[in-house]
Amino acid sequence: MMNYIFGLFDALMTTRLWSRDAQRDRVVPPTGYTATLTLFSSAVMAFLSVFALTLSISAARLSVYWGDALANSSTLQISARADQMETQVALALQILKTTSGIEAARVISYEEQQKLLEPWFGPAAPLQRLSLPTLIDITEAASGYNVENLRLRLAADVPGAILDDHARWRRPLVQAANTLWAIGLFCALLILSASGAMITLAARASMSANSQVIAVLRMIGAHDSYVAAAFVQRFTFRTFIGSLIGCALAALLLITFTDPTQQAAILTGLGLEGRDWLRLIVIPVLFTVLALLATYAAAHRVLKGLS
Amino acid sequence: MIKFDSASYSYTGSELLSDITLDIASGAFHFVTGPSGSGKTTFLKMCYGELRPNTGAVQIFDQDLGQMTRDDIASMRRKIGVIHQDCQFLDHLNIVDNIALPLSVSQQINPNSETQLKELLAWVGLTNRVNAMPPELSGGERQRVALARAVIMSPDIIIADEPTGNVDWEMSQRLLKLLIELNKMGKTVLLASHDLSLIRLAKSHVQARVLRISDKRIRIAGADL
Repeated sequence: MMNYIFGLFDALMTTRLWSRDAQRDRVVPPTGYTATLTLFSSAVMAFLSVFALTLSISAARLSVYWGDALANSSTLQISARADQMETQVALALQILKTTSGIEAARVISYEEQQKLLEPWFGPAAPLQRLSLPTLIDITEAASGYNVENLRLRLAADVPGAILDDHARWRRPLVQAANTLWAIGLFCALLILSASGAMITLAARASMSANSQVIAVLRMIGAHDSYVAAAFVQRFTFRTFIGSLIGCALAALLLITFTDPTQQAAILTGLGLEGRDWLRLIVIPVLFTVLALLATYAAAHRVLKGLS
Repeated sequence: MIKFDSASYSYTGSELLSDITLDIASGAFHFVTGPSGSGKTTFLKMCYGELRPNTGAVQIFDQDLGQMTRDDIASMRRKIGVIHQDCQFLDHLNIVDNIALPLSVSQQINPNSETQLKELLAWVGLTNRVNAMPPELSGGERQRVALARAVIMSPDIIIADEPTGNVDWEMSQRLLKLLIELNKMGKTVLLASHDLSLIRLAKSHVQARVLRISDKRIRIAGADL
C-alpha cells in the first residue's frame, strides 16, 4: 500500500502523469470493450451520484428549514371560561413580559385564528360560536428561555395555559431530514466505491487485453511509470468524460422535472437551488481522482505481477 | 559486455539452461544455433534481462542482472535492440510511430528525430511504406521495421531471435546484410538462427562465432563453424 502511495506521489511529482506525451497517449489502443465500459459506467454512476447528492443536499436544506422555521417561536394556549379569559390572558402576558429570553408576546387575533383554521372549517365558519382557546405567539430572544421555569410559573398563575415550544413537532422532522441527508451521502459514497471497483476491473481487463502492448513497451525499455501512465491517462480521461456526460444529463433532468416554485415546500423540496448547482462540479472531479488512483493501483499491481 | 557465470535457468522445476559460462565481447558477431526447443530464446532473453538466472549470475554492461530493479532493466534495454521472429508491433500505430516508439519511451524525441526516422526507413528500404500499418506488411517488411525500431536508439547490442524464420532466402540475405553493417559499425550482434547457409554467408563477411545450444548447455562456445 505504501509503495503505491509513494509511487503515485513520485509519478505526480515528476509530472509523468500530468505531462502530455502525444505518442504515449496513443500506445494504448483507443477502442475495445473496456473503453466503452468505462465511459458508460462512469456516466451512469455520475448520473446516480447527482441524484444521491441532490437528495442529501435537499434533506440538509429541509432540516435547516424545518429547524429554523419553528425554532424561535412558541405558542401559549389559554383555555378558560369566557368571563375569566381576559384576566387569564392579561396575567399570562404579564408573566411572559417578565420572563428573560422572550423578545415579544402577542395575542393572535380572531382574524388570524380564522385564517389558521380555514383549511379545516372553510372561510365562512362561525368561529365566534365555538369556545376556542386564546393563542399567544411568543418570539424568543436569541438566548432562548427556560421552558420548564415558564411552565411552572404559568401553572401557578394561569392554570388553563398550555405552553407549546414546538419541540415535539420539530425534533422528528429535523431527525428525519438528517437521516435522509446521511442516507443520501452514504448512497453517494457507495456509488463512488462501486465506481472505483468498476474502474479497477476495467483497467485490469484492459491491461490483460493489451498484454502485447505492455510486452512491446517493456522490450523497448519503458519504465513501469511510463506504461502505467499510458493506462492511467487513458482511463482517467474516459472517466472524466463519462462522469461529465452523466452529470450533465442528471442536471438536465433536474432542471426539467423540478418546479422551482415548489423548492421551499416541505415534501416537494427535492432539487438544487442557487449555489447547490456548483456542488455538482465535485462529482466529475471526484470520479477523475478516483480513476487516477484506481487505475494507478491496478496498473502497478499488474506490472509488478509481470516480473 | 554480456557475461554468464555458471548461469542456469529453470521454469516450474524443469531446467531449460544449465551451467552456462560465457563472455560476449563488445563488437562481436555471434550466431546462436541449436535445435528447436534447445533454449535459444531462453538464452537470448537472459541476454536482455527478460529472464533472470535461477542460479549463477549474468552481467550485462557490468551490472549484475540479479541485483537490477525492473526500472534498471528497462533502462538497460534502451542500449539493447531486440528483434523477435514475430516482431511484436503495436498494430494500431503506423510503422513510423512503431519505429519511433523507443525514442518516445526514453523521452528522446527531438527536432532531429524526423530526419533520423527518414534515414532509417531509407536504410531498411521502406521509404514508400511510411503510412502503412503493421498488419499490411509482408514478413520481410515487418522484419525490416523491427530492425529499424531495434536500432533507432543506436544500441550497443542487437539481439535478433530467428528474424529470418518467416522470410524467403533473398530477404534473409538482405536482413543479414543489414546486421553485418551494424556489426561493422561496432555493434555487438547476437543472432539466433538454425539456418546454416545463412551462417556460412555471414562468415564470408564478418568474423562470426557460433554458440550451439544443445542439452541445455553451450556446446561449441566460441568455435568457428
